[in-house]
Amino acid sequence: MPITQLSYDMAHLIGATVLMAGFQLLYQRRLFAVLNTFAFQALALAAAAAWQAHIQNAPHLYVTAAIALLFKAMIVPVALHWLVEKLGIHRTVETAMSIGWTMMAGVALVALSILLVLPVTANAAALTRESLALAMSVVLLGLLMMITRRNAVSQVVGFMALENGLILAAVSAKGMPLVVEISIAFSVLVAMTLFGIFFFRIRERFDTLDLSDLETYRGDRQ
Amino acid sequence: MISYLSSLPGADNPLLWILGVPLGSAGFLAVLKDWRVATWVNVAAAAITFASSLLLLEIRPVPTRLLFIDDFNIYLVILTAFVGMTTALFSAAYIARESEANHLSDLHLRFYHSMYQAFLFTMLLALTANNTGVMWVAVEAATLTTVLMVSLYRTREAIEAAWKYFILCSVGIGLALFGTTLVYLAAQPVMGDGADAMAWTLMMGHAHAFQPDLLNLAFVFVLVGYGTKVGLAPLHAWLPDAHAEGPTPISAVLSGLLLNVALYAVLRFKMLISANGNTLTPGPLLVMMGLSSLFLAAFMLYRRGDIKRLFAYSSIEHMGVITFAFGMGGPLANFAGLMHMTMHSLTKSAIFFAVGIITQTTGTKRIADIRGLTASHPVLGWGFVIAVLGIAGLPPMGVFMSEFLVVSSTFAREPLLAVPLALGLLLAFGALVSRLQMMAFGTPSPDARRYGKASPLSNALALTPLWVHMLLVLVAGLYLPKPLVVWFQSVAKLLG
Repeated sequence: MPITQLSYDMAHLIGATVLMAGFQLLYQRRLFAVLNTFAFQALALAAAAAWQAHIQNAPHLYVTAAIALLFKAMIVPVALHWLVEKLGIHRTVETAMSIGWTMMAGVALVALSILLVLPVTANAAALTRESLALAMSVVLLGLLMMITRRNAVSQVVGFMALENGLILAAVSAKGMPLVVEISIAFSVLVAMTLFGIFFFRIRERFDTLDLSDLETYRGDRQ
Repeated sequence: MISYLSSLPGADNPLLWILGVPLGSAGFLAVLKDWRVATWVNVAAAAITFASSLLLLEIRPVPTRLLFIDDFNIYLVILTAFVGMTTALFSAAYIARESEANHLSDLHLRFYHSMYQAFLFTMLLALTANNTGVMWVAVEAATLTTVLMVSLYRTREAIEAAWKYFILCSVGIGLALFGTTLVYLAAQPVMGDGADAMAWTLMMGHAHAFQPDLLNLAFVFVLVGYGTKVGLAPLHAWLPDAHAEGPTPISAVLSGLLLNVALYAVLRFKMLISANGNTLTPGPLLVMMGLSSLFLAAFMLYRRGDIKRLFAYSSIEHMGVITFAFGMGGPLANFAGLMHMTMHSLTKSAIFFAVGIITQTTGTKRIADIRGLTASHPVLGWGFVIAVLGIAGLPPMGVFMSEFLVVSSTFAREPLLAVPLALGLLLAFGALVSRLQMMAFGTPSPDARRYGKASPLSNALALTPLWVHMLLVLVAGLYLPKPLVVWFQSVAKLLG
């Protein structure tokens, strides 16, 4: 299917939705709200991947979309939800920086990625350019979330939001081989089981998942 | 016999063996119940892998879209397989004593051996992959396997170290993937859709036509991403913890091998950038990161109280020197960088072998509690002294040779840069020697009872890899065979 104005606008819209969810993640104060927002972001990512599959005529991207839909938008949030209840983790999120400043930083990061990506991709197709700018913004927002959150679960969510941005970039790159998408999904799967083990182990030893409690041991035992 | 061997599957392509044996034995070791057998299966698998890697010298497989061997990665493959083998040997002795002291359950040991082979597999795959995506997956998998091994002891410190390692390296690897995607985007308009635009061998030929701005942006992400795994300052925070809290054989392979693999990834991208010609020059970036790592580590060395952390910082220092050398570029500096990579791998893993035995014998990792090793355990103590003097850069060891080459090649081209480099090396030298003096000489500290007395056989087993490595480093310092020099030079040219 040739790339028409409609397909371009749709891709743009869905990509912007993923980015918007990235912003939403920054100001959630309750843990379950963080998980729900993440699920919404993954859903938007699935839509973005499916739309790219449609307009690029690349059926393998539907697989990526399905993985995002089933694994990231459903299984992961449910599993984390269960984990939070099971372990009795605090439901409120402590932030290292005030929400206002975090949002300001987020806006600055988006501006930065647009200013950075658009000039260097002057020769690439318009579709790729703008998706790439959106994807890079999502990556940077995920990074910001990891920095500003103290709680381990929301840091993990921040990391997964970062991964959402990476996948958005990968699906927007025309004809990028399947091997990458499958492997990303696979690594996330492995990473999740790993996280699970981690949580249990941390739970075995500590009363909270708050990372600042983990940082009693820094540097060296003199 | 020979004809029988050549009828084996994959006889014309040693790569299948190099990758297949570790992968297969990782699966086998996961179900093998008896850990005593497992230690030897581990050694045997690593030995077969090493033997097959030597076959690469004779048989150069044809590059495919998935795997390839060229002059650059062949030596890292052989080095990785070799250190993988000697570490497996050391690990057999180390694990036996850990198990006696009831530090690890049988399940943990099974897990440990399986992960060890899986780790070797991922590193070898990352080195031989002819696809930027596959390489990325392999490095990510290497991170996962090592995270699990770092947390093996389940202590509070081990969990914190593993968590920190995991979070920092995952983010690093995420950024590296973004860089990889950008490189694909740069290659795709020239080479068309699909796997061709991710194959190293094919990209090199077309690199001049790639869009330079996109490559610039990509290289920044790749450098920060894989640079986190190399342990370059300021992205090194995970490294000392991960080295200190895991089992010592893992510290040896982390320092000796994984850091090299991550640096290899950065260098491959650098080659691509250099082949383009219109991009920014990656050299200054590498030089800056190298120098800052060197200085940070050199100062940090003075305040370490933990023996494993001490040598973890020394690894940061040496990765800094190597990165600096490749940043300088040119035939001589690249030659020095390649040689330093080899020498550092061999020497640092030898040091960790010694440190493993020392911590088991004295029952402590605190430098202040370790005294008089040369008097109480002469073979171990002197081996340790030689290895530490080697890494500190004392002649006639190989590390001295390569460091001398780095400094002199820098001095010839940028005398101003050579001054801080030499200063950093001297600082690190002073720190290591003063610490060594405390540990090696003086009144011996008493041995711990926790581990019991090691049998002479197990002692010999643990010490052999240490002495073999040091012998190799010494020989390399005194005399490099002509073919090896020629070959190092050809690779140095390849690196640009």
